[in-house]
Amino acid sequence: MLPIVLLSVLGIALLFLGFQKSRTLLLPAALLSLLLALAANFYDWNKAYLYFNGMLRTDNLTMVFTAIMLGSAFLVVALSSRFAEDEEAQPAEYYAIMLFSLVGGIMMAGFENLIMLFVGVEILSVAMYVLTGSDKRNLRSNEAALKYFLMGCFATGILLFGMALIYGSTGSFTLAGIAGYAANPQAGLSLLMYVGLLMLLIGLLFKVSAAPFHFWTPDVYDGAPTIFTAFMSTVVKTAGFAALFKLLSVSFSQVYGFWWAILAGITALTLIAGNITAVYQNSFKRMMAYSSISHAGYLLIGLAALGTQTKQAIVFYSLAYSVATISAFAVLLLVAQQRSTQTLSGEGVVAESFDSFNGLARQNPLLGFAMAVSMLSLAGIPLTAGFWGKFYMFSTAAERGQIWLLVVAVLMSAVGIYYYFRVIIAMYFRDGAVEPIQVSPVYRYVLVIATVVTLGLGVMPGLLQNLF
Amino acid sequence: MQTIFLILYPVVAASLILLIKGERVKQAALVAALVELVYAVAVFVQFKPDATSQFGYDYAWISSLGIRLSGGIDGISVLLVLLTGLVVPLIVLSTFERSYSRPALFYALMLYMQAALMGVFTARDAFLFYFFFEAALIPIYFLAAMWGGENRVPVTFKFFIYTIFGSLFMLVALVYLYYQTPLVDGHHTANITDFYRLKLTPEAQSWVFWAFFIAFAIKMPVFPFHTWQPDTYVESPTPATMLLAGVMLKMGVYGLIRFILPVVPLGVEAWGRTAIVLSVIGIVYGSIIAIRQRDMKRLIAYSSFSHVGLMAAGVFSQTETGMQGALIQMLAHGVNVVGMFFVADAIFARTQTHQLDQLGGITKTTPKLTVFFMIMLLGSVALPLTNGFVGEFLLLHGVYTYNHYIGLAAGFTIIFGAVYMLRMFQKSMFGTPSSRTTNFADLTLSESLVFVPLVVMVFWMGIYPQTFLKVTEPAVANLMKYIGTTAVSLK
Repeated sequence: MLPIVLLSVLGIALLFLGFQKSRTLLLPAALLSLLLALAANFYDWNKAYLYFNGMLRTDNLTMVFTAIMLGSAFLVVALSSRFAEDEEAQPAEYYAIMLFSLVGGIMMAGFENLIMLFVGVEILSVAMYVLTGSDKRNLRSNEAALKYFLMGCFATGILLFGMALIYGSTGSFTLAGIAGYAANPQAGLSLLMYVGLLMLLIGLLFKVSAAPFHFWTPDVYDGAPTIFTAFMSTVVKTAGFAALFKLLSVSFSQVYGFWWAILAGITALTLIAGNITAVYQNSFKRMMAYSSISHAGYLLIGLAALGTQTKQAIVFYSLAYSVATISAFAVLLLVAQQRSTQTLSGEGVVAESFDSFNGLARQNPLLGFAMAVSMLSLAGIPLTAGFWGKFYMFSTAAERGQIWLLVVAVLMSAVGIYYYFRVIIAMYFRDGAVEPIQVSPVYRYVLVIATVVTLGLGVMPGLLQNLF
Repeated sequence: MQTIFLILYPVVAASLILLIKGERVKQAALVAALVELVYAVAVFVQFKPDATSQFGYDYAWISSLGIRLSGGIDGISVLLVLLTGLVVPLIVLSTFERSYSRPALFYALMLYMQAALMGVFTARDAFLFYFFFEAALIPIYFLAAMWGGENRVPVTFKFFIYTIFGSLFMLVALVYLYYQTPLVDGHHTANITDFYRLKLTPEAQSWVFWAFFIAFAIKMPVFPFHTWQPDTYVESPTPATMLLAGVMLKMGVYGLIRFILPVVPLGVEAWGRTAIVLSVIGIVYGSIIAIRQRDMKRLIAYSSFSHVGLMAAGVFSQTETGMQGALIQMLAHGVNVVGMFFVADAIFARTQTHQLDQLGGITKTTPKLTVFFMIMLLGSVALPLTNGFVGEFLLLHGVYTYNHYIGLAAGFTIIFGAVYMLRMFQKSMFGTPSSRTTNFADLTLSESLVFVPLVVMVFWMGIYPQTFLKVTEPAVANLMKYIGTTAVSLK
């Protein structure tokens, strides 16, 4: 609860700070706000509270999800130093919007009532629509924002429709109330509840870009300014899965028999669609978009096989995925900034293709190494956190005996290695531009932190486990 | 404790080597690898030949899942630990006359690889085993793809995808087996010996068998999973090829013995014959292709493919001699193949070619190379009193006991082996010198030093194999007894 208050207040304060002429204070202020929120998050550790007449709950699980989101946001914001130099950028607004969007994300992790879920989803989404279109001079960015907004509104409508149907059939908006209704199947459960559940799922699956609701993802990720793509692909996904997990494990675990097959089918479809299409991309940024779809697939495995391990699996996977993704986007930001020749009018080359990474490891060993670790982690190779993330996911499915789903996931993991390794090959085995890339200290810290976390969790995955 | 040292020490040494600049890296790497060798030999000498696991360690790792950091050395691991310790210093020494760009990274990767291999051969926890099994792949991938030949990028990429693909199936099998173990303190266990006690249905055993078999068959490789191998061996820099052929492919054979036979005996009963037939096809097919090769490195690659087929067949024969043969042959083959690749490397360093028709007449100026080459070659073609003979004899005996006809087919390996090996020797060493081989300089001191321990091993294992056989014997006997009883109890 504390982080929500802090983020809201500090976000407004940041807006006022924007009235100043000098922009130098903004980034430190934004980082400080996030750190404060992160520290405050753990204030209620090992205690569980209900707020707003039971609308919102904070417990250890909420706090862990919140911490992952705040930590990711912190790393992403740290990478945004370029805003200070860009005349057209509105950093105060961007930072404030990011802080506000985190409020939505935390609500999605802690909701006890569907209304709260809806408010959270909307706070997060509207913020994302704005950030996507924030590069006003860029047509790609404008188009992406419009697309995201239209599709997102559609999904929201479905989500809301689903909530209405659930309310109509169960007479309750609270998770506990719905669970109580679903736990008494003798009376015969209303068909409306099932339809409502499906619509809820569709709405949320859209937000985490699961197939077949993923078509917006590549365009939006590609069009949005890279820094916001990094934010989107980590924070929104974590929030979405926190919400899905809570919804399914608390309210609907009694009707597992109804939804697991649907979710398993969507999981397989997401894995296949994400991984196969990623192979055909020539832009690294678009590849990361498809990769984020495929990772939604891996995360869904844990939900489709809801069991004792699911909670841990989702938390671990979200963390591993977020850290590796931020690291990858950090390197992309540097490469794209310093190797692009694009002018304001859109002429020239945007250095976001795989070829832009050619020879990177030779000139910038740190960038090469950080990127390689991040790619290995996303591909799920041992020694990295990503391996254990996949391992936990596979375990949940094996525990439920869903071997066929595992086989699909395994085959798709092998496909995934193909496109993640294209970057490694480009960086290490190809010759490219001779000029090394300038890495500012902040970038260096972010990359080192991300790499250390990835490798640390890769060797000692148990570190995270006894937390909650 | 000793086992931990064997794994952690190379990691630390490699990380320190990364900091060294310039040519001193070679010496540092050699010293580092020699320390590991001394330690591995000490472990071998201290090893008590019985069926227990020794020098072990056991710590909590992922406590909520009951997955532990646990390892130890038993009679099945011990020869491989020795091999891994022996091969790396020789490979480092073999590079003394050559220069590789970015040497610090080159040698560090090699030591990281060694650490992972030690981990694979000593892990007692299934997931720890998998962890090292995959971790070994990363350094070798970079070694092969950064310092390899022209075609290295696509070729090593294929190798990487191939092996990961196989391993992922093994991961599924391991996770499945893990959930079949009984609950202790609220979680399952992943200790390999707990897997041995599982009572799986025949259907489950069949698919677990295949999941394991594909993983190990790709690693070894067994026909028809071998297509990555010749290209990778040729395109990799020779030190990496030595690691690949000398040690890494043994991970596959080791996996067969450690996992497939004891965990899924009914799966072996149902599919073991298929596996043997595939292995024997590999033996004959590999030899025939080897006869046709003009490139020395490719020829040795196919010979390795053929030899490893015999090891797989020996393991699946489920006889004590076959199993013993596989273990001793893993060590022998490691020694021989490293020697053969080094011969190819020495010739390449002087002539810039591996093509047999561009070589010839080397013997005239090179007494040392000729003698060493011949000894390694005789070891490879299994001449009595050399190491290859002991292993192949036991293996063929095992396969022959399993089935006479299959044994007969597998026996072709000896005839064909002699054909392609002697042909290679004749084409490269005898005849009239070509433009490339006139003024061929004999081996330097450091190059000769690489061969000395190899030759000692060839004769030691050939003349008195008891030194090595007796340490593996109790473990093999125990394993065989165990497989016999489980298979009966499951019926």
